[in-house]
Amino acid sequence: MSDQKILAIVTLEKATVAGGSPIFVVDSREELERQSFTLEKILDAMVHEVAPTTFILVRHSD
Amino acid sequence: MNLDHMMMAVIVSGLAGVCTRIYLLQTDYRQYPTYPHGYIIHLALGIIAAGLGSVAIPALIQKDFTAFTFLALAAQQFRDVRNMERTMLSKVDQMELVPRGVSYIEGIAMVFEGRNYLTIASALITSFTVIMWNTTVGVMVGVVSVICSRFFMSGKMLNSIVEVREAKLRLDGASLYVEDIYLMNVGLSSDKKAIMENGIGMILTPKDASSRITLSNVGQRQAILHDVSTVLGVYRDTGEPALTPLGKLDLKDGRLGLLLLPQDRNVKRAIDIIGKVPVLESAMKKPLQANATRGGTS
Repeated sequence: MSDQKILAIVTLEKATVAGGSPIFVVDSREELERQSFTLEKILDAMVHEVAPTTFILVRHSD
Repeated sequence: MNLDHMMMAVIVSGLAGVCTRIYLLQTDYRQYPTYPHGYIIHLALGIIAAGLGSVAIPALIQKDFTAFTFLALAAQQFRDVRNMERTMLSKVDQMELVPRGVSYIEGIAMVFEGRNYLTIASALITSFTVIMWNTTVGVMVGVVSVICSRFFMSGKMLNSIVEVREAKLRLDGASLYVEDIYLMNVGLSSDKKAIMENGIGMILTPKDASSRITLSNVGQRQAILHDVSTVLGVYRDTGEPALTPLGKLDLKDGRLGLLLLPQDRNVKRAIDIIGKVPVLESAMKKPLQANATRGGTS
């Protein structure tokens, strides 16, 4: 439960995010959903919405 | 007192012991043990336990005191049963879509060890009565002890400490709530759709302060989710981390909000199943009965 990790960040606004996780920059809301969906399946990590323009993929290993 | 009488005591009490074990070995809706091999393992150990219980008193009467120490050996043996169950269930648990959780596994393992001691106890009592009185009384006591064993092994169920009712799931942006209890953040609209279509919301209200503590135990929550998923199936797969049944507490009043994702969307049965989830021994706390709360010293 304590072992949670951000595996990727998908965003519309590159300026709002930074850090150690891979950042995927997209240019539309549809693309944001589509890429997050693909990454969710690939990484087995859940998509969370931290802001309307930014999704993060977190692995909850519980 | 002749040897035949002793032999009779051993046979009758041995049978009583084996019957106890068989009586306690029933596959219930939680489906464990499921397979013939599981039965055979536990029956074989049950027969050993019954044998040990039935010879203990005849051995003492024959002044064979060392034979009695074999009971200690048996205790060791049955602790291994607990270990075996624990190891096996923990391994299997890794392959479950909704795992049982460590607390539930410990509970089950403990029950399996306990059942063997009950087998010994009923054999011991029966052999004692056969030796003290006669076979007829022995048989009667044997039957009674078999029936009583079920009483000792039946723990409390969740419906005795909580009230279960269906509650509406709702989404507020990316936040998923069951009525007013926050559950989780769901980002993808496809996940939101799947949860709203297949999910059932439940709210469990504790009946008193003790049950509030039990309900807040994470192992107890996992046991509830596992039992519901075992019976009603689970709308989930690997690579679908968003479709996770889960429970969250309302910290203000101790209510537990549940998100269930059953394949068979049967609310009435789900409420039934939740009510029949065993209260885990490790989750059961009784602060209301503690001395400190009643003004005692220790």
